[in-house]
Amino acid sequence: MIFEDEPVPGYPLPILPGHVSPGRLERVLRAGAFAVTTELAPPDSADPEDVYKRARVFDGYVDAINATDGSGANCHMSSLAVCALLTRVGYAPVMQISCRDKNRIAIQGDILGGAAMGVCNMLCLSGDGVQAGDHPQAKPVFDLDALSLLEIGRTLRDEKRFQSGRKVTFAPRVFFGAAENPCGPPVEHRALRLAKKVAAGAQFIQTQYVYDLDRLRAFMRAVEDLGLLGKVFILVGVGPFKTAKGAEFMRNNVPGTHIPDAIIQRLAGAQDQAREGRRICVELIQELRTINGVHGVHVMAYRQEESVAEIIRDSGVLAGRVPWYPGRDQDPADRKAS
Amino acid sequence: MYRVRLWSVRHARGLNRFYNGFERVLVALAPVFRAIGYQRLERPVAALERGVKGLLFDCKMCGQCVLSSTGMSCPMNCPKNIRNGPCGGVRANGHCEVRPEMRCVWVQAFAGAERMAGGLERIRVVQAPVDRRLEGRSSWLKVVREKTDPPKAEGKP
Repeated sequence: MIFEDEPVPGYPLPILPGHVSPGRLERVLRAGAFAVTTELAPPDSADPEDVYKRARVFDGYVDAINATDGSGANCHMSSLAVCALLTRVGYAPVMQISCRDKNRIAIQGDILGGAAMGVCNMLCLSGDGVQAGDHPQAKPVFDLDALSLLEIGRTLRDEKRFQSGRKVTFAPRVFFGAAENPCGPPVEHRALRLAKKVAAGAQFIQTQYVYDLDRLRAFMRAVEDLGLLGKVFILVGVGPFKTAKGAEFMRNNVPGTHIPDAIIQRLAGAQDQAREGRRICVELIQELRTINGVHGVHVMAYRQEESVAEIIRDSGVLAGRVPWYPGRDQDPADRKAS
Repeated sequence: MYRVRLWSVRHARGLNRFYNGFERVLVALAPVFRAIGYQRLERPVAALERGVKGLLFDCKMCGQCVLSSTGMSCPMNCPKNIRNGPCGGVRANGHCEVRPEMRCVWVQAFAGAERMAGGLERIRVVQAPVDRRLEGRSSWLKVVREKTDPPKAEGKP
């Protein structure tokens, strides 16, 4: 997708009527295209090149890149810094904000700072508990939760003030998102929680991994019954498994993941399990494309990021469009045909 | 106590009705409270509240009680202090991601809300972040003051 009013390719665009941010992700979604986002694992390094290397593997296949914020409560380069590096070369990052490590003073500062650095999308999360990560002895902050964080972000943007009421002179122009787990207990109330997030200011949702489409369909029906279709863009989380063992491990050890037996059996029975894992992912994406109210996919391929391009290409969901990446328009021959 | 806490959620309907009556009595007593002075009452009432609600709900005395909106399951027992839960990490058996031996406070909250009259409407209200200045203070007295004092007194710790 090329926007004709693009000042410098990749850089913040003029804000269209009805939009809140100058970002590409909001434009793609509001234009009705099926969006593709992915996740970049911030490096354990202070070298910016490590960030760019990790971003380049997605070139031409994703509309936005999430930079995780100490995911799994493990220490890495901060999401804010990764996003600031990515905006320098024009990428569209999604800054993840977890409530685990910062209080409302730090978080509001980061929202302003991120927006100043050209970050147009922010994902508001509660965050994993510290016990899950490499610093279980750390103090969990949790001054806010995902919902109150969304409200604070919206207040900063729409009312130009901090939670304290003090004015900001230039509001952050940010497209706010949140997460949801359609398959996590209590499944029958998950749509209600989504409604709360929308009420608090969530404009897009990136879900946890979904491998059970029946559960997702039931969730989407509940979302529709609550009158939320058209009020929020939902990007469903998917990801490839490398092995049946890996899938089993994830099911047993990563809280909040729901993986049906059929998936694990299918992986276990395959000659090339990694290939079958990608195949399953492609099929899921193609199915998701047909579900009413699903506006895109969020591909999380931890430690196999290089497979994202292949999965998206095979799924065909981009329908011929090439999301912007640095250098796309300078050299059309270099469109990563591999 | 964990077991009592689970009992309280099972009896959310009755407890909520009891509280509504209790709150009316407290509000009616407002002139008495005012005569004695809220400052002087703060410590003894907070101690009483800590005892009663500590037993029934494992109350953490956040000072801004939302039990009526959370199915009588105290959100401050969530290891992430989530006031608008549940998070995405709830285990398949409905237990907590951080403390696997404990049932998720928010799975409990929805179960309690289903039992309470109007519980599912109230659980939909987005709860504001905790005002940490109120920690340890009486939520009961706060409710009475908010319902009987002129609005300018609202929000003051």
